[in-house]
Amino acid sequence: MTTQATPGDGDAKARQFVTARIGGQLFGLSIDAVNEVFVPEGITPVPLSAPEIEGVLNLRGRIVTMIDLRRLLHLGSETAASMAVGIESQGDAFGLMIDDVGDVLMLGDAERDTNPSNLDEDWARFVNGVYRLQEELLLLLDVERVLAGVGQGRAA
Amino acid sequence: MDDLLREFLTETSESLDVVDIELLKLETDPNNRDILNSIFRLVHTIKGTCGFIGLVRLANLAHAAETLMDEFRNGRPVGGEAVGLILSSIDRIKDILAAIERNDGVEPEGSDEDLVALLEAEVARELPDIAFGAAPLAVEAPAPVPAPPAEERSLAPGEVSLDELERIFRQTEIEITLPARQVAPDKEAAPAQKRSDTPTADAGSVATQTIRVNVSTLEQLMTMVSELVLTRNQLLEIARRTEDGDYKVSLQRLSNVTGELQDVVMRTRMQPVGNAWQKLPRIVRDLAQELGKQIELEQYGADTELDRQLLDQIKDPLTHMVRNSADHGLETPETRRRAGKPEKGTIRLSAYHEGGHVIIEISDDGRGLDIARIKSKAIANGLCTEAEAARMSEAQLFRYIFHAGFSTAEAVTSVSGRGVGMDVVRCNIEAIGGTVDLRSKAGQGTTFIIKIPLTLAIVPALIVEASGERFALPQSVVLELVHIRPGSEHSIRRINGRPVLCLREQLLPIVELGGALGLREAGAKDALAAPASELIAVMNVGTLQFGVVVDAVSHTEEIVVKPLAAMLRHVAMISGSTILGDGRVIMIVDPNGLAQHAAAGSDKLGHTDAAHGAQAAHGDPKTSLLLLRAGPQGIKAVPLSLVTRLEELQAQDIEELDGRPVVQYRGALIPLVYAHAQVERRESGRQPLLIFSDGPRTIGLVVDEIVDIVETDLDFQLASGAPDVVGAAIINGIATEVLDVGHFMAAAFGDWSEVSRPVGTRHHRLLLVDDNLFYRSMLEPLLKGNGYAVTACRTGGEALELLNSRHDFVAVVSSIGMGEPAAGELDGFSLAEAIRNAPGRADLPIIGLATQSGPDLIERGRRVGFTDYVAKSDRSGLIAALNEFIRNDHREAA
Repeated sequence: MTTQATPGDGDAKARQFVTARIGGQLFGLSIDAVNEVFVPEGITPVPLSAPEIEGVLNLRGRIVTMIDLRRLLHLGSETAASMAVGIESQGDAFGLMIDDVGDVLMLGDAERDTNPSNLDEDWARFVNGVYRLQEELLLLLDVERVLAGVGQGRAA
Repeated sequence: MDDLLREFLTETSESLDVVDIELLKLETDPNNRDILNSIFRLVHTIKGTCGFIGLVRLANLAHAAETLMDEFRNGRPVGGEAVGLILSSIDRIKDILAAIERNDGVEPEGSDEDLVALLEAEVARELPDIAFGAAPLAVEAPAPVPAPPAEERSLAPGEVSLDELERIFRQTEIEITLPARQVAPDKEAAPAQKRSDTPTADAGSVATQTIRVNVSTLEQLMTMVSELVLTRNQLLEIARRTEDGDYKVSLQRLSNVTGELQDVVMRTRMQPVGNAWQKLPRIVRDLAQELGKQIELEQYGADTELDRQLLDQIKDPLTHMVRNSADHGLETPETRRRAGKPEKGTIRLSAYHEGGHVIIEISDDGRGLDIARIKSKAIANGLCTEAEAARMSEAQLFRYIFHAGFSTAEAVTSVSGRGVGMDVVRCNIEAIGGTVDLRSKAGQGTTFIIKIPLTLAIVPALIVEASGERFALPQSVVLELVHIRPGSEHSIRRINGRPVLCLREQLLPIVELGGALGLREAGAKDALAAPASELIAVMNVGTLQFGVVVDAVSHTEEIVVKPLAAMLRHVAMISGSTILGDGRVIMIVDPNGLAQHAAAGSDKLGHTDAAHGAQAAHGDPKTSLLLLRAGPQGIKAVPLSLVTRLEELQAQDIEELDGRPVVQYRGALIPLVYAHAQVERRESGRQPLLIFSDGPRTIGLVVDEIVDIVETDLDFQLASGAPDVVGAAIINGIATEVLDVGHFMAAAFGDWSEVSRPVGTRHHRLLLVDDNLFYRSMLEPLLKGNGYAVTACRTGGEALELLNSRHDFVAVVSSIGMGEPAAGELDGFSLAEAIRNAPGRADLPIIGLATQSGPDLIERGRRVGFTDYVAKSDRSGLIAALNEFIRNDHREAA
């Protein structure tokens, strides 16, 4: 059992991550990528779009495209996702639908493990390393790869 | 690129546009010192800044031009030649600037010695001593003598000699003292007066009242105002519901201010339409010289305001139309004189507002459109019959000039007459929700009338409901709303299962909005099966009218268009989104997408009869199809495996051989075939080209656009009567015609015989064995198109395995002369033998496909057990053989 890096103990390579739970699994998103966390309301579906696109909503006058992470990661969805992480990429605003948002963690680069080789291929596309926390594993979600992956699984 | 350079680029290109206009004025009014000075100042500034930033090439050129300009200032008469020279220098400067912008701030390689030499030669040219009487400068400051090369080092561009510096100081002094003199008021008053009496684009510098604001700041402002408006609407909604009136006055005030703010912010997006035609005087001047005509360009209403975004989009169409007017609208001076008209032709541009639209008219007093020639051309192009043409009104006939490939110019000039113009103009204008029309009178001239909405950011829309969701339909394309009830005068009928709307004398195709958007689940009730009461919005897109069935119509609203994220922009039926008053986002339906849907007739409702026939197809491997557009209607497809390569055809590479178009491809000439009679024959630029190869034979199939590549169960719904189409299948929910590559091969080489195809029964499964991918890919759709289910494989071994694993094959179609089989593999003969030797397969028909015929081959074929054999290219023979043998053996099974 390794101990966690103490925040701010001079380790310059430590970064902050927003943690989020999706279908029971804990994920971490780099805090630089996250603009805000909000409660999605009034989502309008976009006809004929990729299945991972939940729809769009109006967030203070901006059109935000909502991505259903559970569908993208092939996780079951017994309840509706209740929160969303707001990110921005190439001038467009996106919301990643999650079940719950957790603490912000300071994690050192040195502690990060690479993806286990038997990680599901669908997940390996979006996951950029693993942290072993005391309670459970935290998978780092690569936001850009998530966005690039939307609509790609459609042909399969 | 650093900010300084970017600033310089924007500023300079603006200054250059002004110089263009001023120079033209100077040409007609050579003694106007105000103009001369203002041009000189501009060129001087450009030169100075270039030297400062280190753009050597530009500075060099600007310097040479400035020297010549300075001569004019010093009293040299202004001649057309010299002005032409300066104009071409300005053009070169523009080219270099554009290159700098592209290269991220680096000056392009190259030399301007040619122009510089010409400019210097012009300066050095001795002129007869003409004194510029009114110019005191001419006396005080003699023309700069070329610096004596003896001791002094030569000057770097941008540097000035001491003499010159001194002279500039002297001039500056004069300019400063000028206001004290009598001349001063004139000088100040002149530009102001000019503005008021000429409606031309204001070229004078009155820039002090404006500041430069980044466009993105304006967009942001716009977004925030929209949000403010939404919030206001919500507040008003709440206020309506409550009795408490204390805050109502304040709320009313807030509401008014918000409205005014919205107006003002909208106005920041507006620009005078004159900005779009700023370059036209120059173009007309150049054209007039080139064509030997005298042309006057009149401009009215240049200050009419229009959304910035729209302005950009009408620039090209406007330029094109003005060129057209100059080229074949106006006659040559002699012709005009003979017709009793003034030698100088006039092109008049005018712009004005009319009911939420901007109208731009381009008129000329030329010869007018030749109605007889349009008529004969329309008939020759197959656009209408002679009888139809005779019945048409002039206005209807005129509109043919907007058709693709239609030009009535007798000769193609470098300017126009290639027939690629007016249809593009129409498309560009329609793309921004505008319309274009024309009036013409023989001998008196032609007027084009462009009508465009004030802005694209806010469009009037009809809010409708379909499958429980609300959608916005742009109102510009909605002609009328029709309510169908039992016993009402309009009705929904079915033609061959497809619903159509009988509206007065017209039969219009119908699409159901929910269905077209994929919202109606398969198996849901067929809304049009028994139409009790339907709401239909009749829409007009391009030349197609069609009905859109909606569940409810809510209201009309001016909506603020919000673009969707990049990953949603490819969605065919959706063009954008908007936020309604209640804060909810709704989708704006793309009328063009709906029109395609209507034109393709792929509404799923129409296919219910055909659908159940498709059962046998499940479990078939997927076929990769290349989707493309060719001709006016719908999507077409070809099996991707048949396509050797995708290329881009350069228009100028097309050659003619024996009257047929050919192109050089990899060292050989290949024939070009157009995938549809109405595929655009582009005269310039590129066009997608599909290369198909079968052994030594290669053709190029020209199409309009490559749309997509999809993997799909190739499941033919309808066989086709058309020779160039194998059949129609639903691909991504859109009826798609699968092109028959064989037909195009035949069209190019003339030996792939034509086929008429009876439709077989879908439950018959064939095993197709051919080691040649080309034949396999070609035959598979053919067989499927004739109603057979097909399993294809490459080798005899695979065929035997397949025959052992499933037992529903009714026949085997196998190539006889399969190439050299690999060790241990079966060729066609061995395969037939193996099949015949297996128990229970004695009767299985085996059709042999022979690449070359020969009695010994046939004899050998019969011996080993082929039921029949046909030549590989004889596709009708193959189908006939299959029909014959399968009828004999398996008909009862169907």
